Amino acid sequence: MKTNKYNYLKIIFFFGLILITVTSCERERTEGTEFATLGTNPEVYIDGFSGGLEYYPYADSQQEAFSVDTETKYSGTSSMRFDVPNVGDARGAYAGAIFRDDNGGRDLSGYDALTFWAKATKAAKLNDIGFGQDFGENKFEVSKKGLQLSTNWVKYIIPIPNASVLNQEQGMFWYAEGPEGEEVIVNGDTFTTNPVGYTFWIDELKYEKLGTLGQKRPFIKNGEDASGVAFVGEKLSIDGVGVTFNMPNGTDDSFNISPNYFNFLSSDASVATATGAEVNLISGGSTTITAELGGDVAQGSFEVNSTDVAPIPTNLAADVISIFSDSYTNEPVDYFNGYWAPFQTTQGQDDIDVNGNKIIKYTQLNFVGTEFQGSKTIDASLMTHFHLDVLIESTLKPGDFLTVKLQDLGADNVFGGGNDRAGEIRFTASSSIPLVNGSWVSIDVPLSSFISLSTRANLAQLVYVTDATVTSIFVDNIYFYKQ
Amino acid sequence: MNLIHKNKIKSFSKYFLVALILINYSCETGETQTITTLDKLVWEDNFNRISATDSLPDATKWMYNTGTGVNGWGNNELQNYTDRPENVTLVNGMLEITAKQESFMGAGYTSGRILTKGLFQNKYGRYEARIKLPWGQGIWPAFWLLGDDANATVTWPQIGEIDIMENRGQQPATVHGSVHGPGYSAGEAITKSYTLENDRFDSDFHIFGIEWGPKYINFYVDNVLYNQITPADVTGDWVFDSNEFYIIMNLAVGGSFAGNPNSQTVFPQTMYVDYVRVYQ
Repeated sequence: MKTNKYNYLKIIFFFGLILITVTSCERERTEGTEFATLGTNPEVYIDGFSGGLEYYPYADSQQEAFSVDTETKYSGTSSMRFDVPNVGDARGAYAGAIFRDDNGGRDLSGYDALTFWAKATKAAKLNDIGFGQDFGENKFEVSKKGLQLSTNWVKYIIPIPNASVLNQEQGMFWYAEGPEGEEVIVNGDTFTTNPVGYTFWIDELKYEKLGTLGQKRPFIKNGEDASGVAFVGEKLSIDGVGVTFNMPNGTDDSFNISPNYFNFLSSDASVATATGAEVNLISGGSTTITAELGGDVAQGSFEVNSTDVAPIPTNLAADVISIFSDSYTNEPVDYFNGYWAPFQTTQGQDDIDVNGNKIIKYTQLNFVGTEFQGSKTIDASLMTHFHLDVLIESTLKPGDFLTVKLQDLGADNVFGGGNDRAGEIRFTASSSIPLVNGSWVSIDVPLSSFISLSTRANLAQLVYVTDATVTSIFVDNIYFYKQ
Repeated sequence: MNLIHKNKIKSFSKYFLVALILINYSCETGETQTITTLDKLVWEDNFNRISATDSLPDATKWMYNTGTGVNGWGNNELQNYTDRPENVTLVNGMLEITAKQESFMGAGYTSGRILTKGLFQNKYGRYEARIKLPWGQGIWPAFWLLGDDANATVTWPQIGEIDIMENRGQQPATVHGSVHGPGYSAGEAITKSYTLENDRFDSDFHIFGIEWGPKYINFYVDNVLYNQITPADVTGDWVFDSNEFYIIMNLAVGGSFAGNPNSQTVFPQTMYVDYVRVYQ
C-alpha cells in the first residue's frame, strides 16, 4: 500500500510539472507527453529517508553508527548523525554504510551533483563519501576522499561526472570513516597519532541541478603518462581515475570515480581491445591506453607492454611445497602483504587474476613480507630448492637490487627464543641469476645458498627487500621443491 | 533583445524578478520600459578572417597595446601583452585572446589587449559583445571603454572609463560593470556586480552590454538589466557626456583587481569573443 501511494504521488507531481511547463504559452502538448518510468526524486534525506531508501551498514562496520538526530540539525526537524567508533571498538572499528533506493533506482540524469550540509564535533578528514555504491556492481561509484569537515555547518558538493548514464541508479549515498587522529610529521614522514572516534552530522542530502560546476577535467593514471606491464589474457584495470571540477566557489576539487564512467581507447587494437570501460590484452606487444568521459578527453595515459604470464612450473607436485602458484595446492598463509608500519611503503598483494592465474603485484616497494606463522609454518627440511618467478616492472637502474629472505622460527615455532635463523640472497643485474627489465626471471636456487638458514622446519616468513631501488614487481610460482 | 520592462526601478532584485516574469510569460507583450532601445548598427566586428591564412584582427578596426605598461598597466598586472597570434588570433569566427604562462621579456605571462583607439571612437550608443570567459584564480578578462585623451593632454581618470564587463576568474558566475571618473576611480569606482543563477560565465557565451546616453549608462547581461548609473550616482564630475570613447578587449593575468594566479590556475586561458557591436 505504501508503495502504491508513493507512486500515485509521483504521478501527480509529474503531471504538475508538465502543467507548469506548458501553461506559459501552449496548452496542447500533454497528449504526446511520455511518462517517466523511474522516479526522479532528488531527495535522499531531508528530515527522514525519502521513499524507497534503505540503510545498509558494511558488515564489519559499527552497525549502530547511524542515527536520526532531532537535536542537532541544519534545517527542518532532524539530521543524519554518524558516530565514528574509537580504535578497537568491539562492535566495529569504523563507520560505513550505503543508502540504497530499493524501489528499483532513480533517474538522476537531470541532476549534476549530490549536495549536503555537514558538520562534525572536531575538524576531520572524512575518508570516503559519495554515491553509486549499491552492493551490486557499484558501476557508477563516486567518492570524495578526505572531505574536510569542520565544526560549523558547511555545504558540500559531489559532482556527477556524467549524468546521462545515471538513469537508473540505486546507490544514493555512501560513506566510510574511521577514527581520526592528529597528523604529525617526523623526518618528512606523516604519522597519525591517537586516533579517536567522533561524531558528524549530514543534513539536506539531495541531488541538485546546480549549473555552477565547470571545467570538467577527467583523468586516468592520476593525469600522468604512465607505463607498465600487463599480461596477455588480462582484463586491464586502470587506476588513478577521477575527475576534477572547478567548483562554484572558483576552486578546483577532484573526485575518485569508477572507470565505468570512461570510454577507453587502445592505440593498437591487435595488442589490446577497448570497449567502453573494458580493456582486454589479447597479444604481446605495446599499446597506449587513453580515455574519454562524456566527450571530454581524459588527462593521462597508460602505455602497456603486454607479455605472457610466468612459465608453468614443471616440478612434480609430489616434490613441491607451494606458497603461491596455480600449478600446485598452496599452503595457507597469513598474508602476502603485512603492511608493516610505520616504515613499509609497499602496496599490493595477490590482486591480479589472468583467467584464473593469480599473480602478486607489489608497487611502491621498499620491503614487504609474506607470513605463515603458528600452525601455518612450513617444514621444508626435505626440500632442496626454492623457486620464485619475478618480473621487474619498474625501470632497472644501476645499483638496483632485490633481496629475498627466508625466516625460520626454530624448534619453539615462535619469533625470538634465540633459535631463529634467517638467510637471504641478493639479486642484481649482474648476479649469477641476473635481474632483467620487463620479462620474467625464474629464480631457482638451492636452499643451501640462503647462508645462515641452518634450520628450515618452521619457516614463517618470506621477505622481499629493495630499499625502494626496484619499486614495482610481479611475483608468481613461489614454492620449495626437492631434486 | 528588446525586452520590455514594467517599471523603471533600480533595484537589482526587482529587475531580476521582472526578468523571471518575462521568461515565464514571454508570449505576453505590451509592457513599457525596454532594456535596449538603440538598434541602428554603426560598427561591428564578427571576427571573421579576411583570408584563410590571415589570423590577425582587422587592422582597420583594432590596434594593439603591447608590453607591460607602467606598473603593470597601472594595476600590477603580470603579463606582457604581445601582438603575436599565440596571444591574439581569429579562429572559427571568434576572437581568441589567450593568456599563457611563459617567460617573455622579463614577464612570467603573455596575453593580448586590442583597442579601437583612433579607429573607432564614439559618444553614446549601445555597446555589446558576446563572450565566453576564461577562468581561474588571477585571471582578469575585460570588455571596456576608455575616453579619448586628446593627444595625452587629458589624463585618466578625467578622460573617463566605462567597464562594461570585468571578471575575476576565481568568481566564475560574477561579472562587474563600473565607471571611473574624477573622484571615483580605481578602488572607488562606481561599480555593481551581477551573478548568474545556476550558470557560469566560463561554461558558455553570454552577452555583456551597456546602453549609454545623456546622463545615464545602463548595464546588462544577456536579457537582464542589472544597473543604471547616472550623475546622481557618481561622487565627482560626470565625464560621459562630452568625450569620445574607444573599445578595449583584453585578458590580464594577476594584478590588483583579481589577485595573482596560484598553483591551481590552469594555463593557457582563452577569452572567446564572438562579436563586438555598437548601435545608436
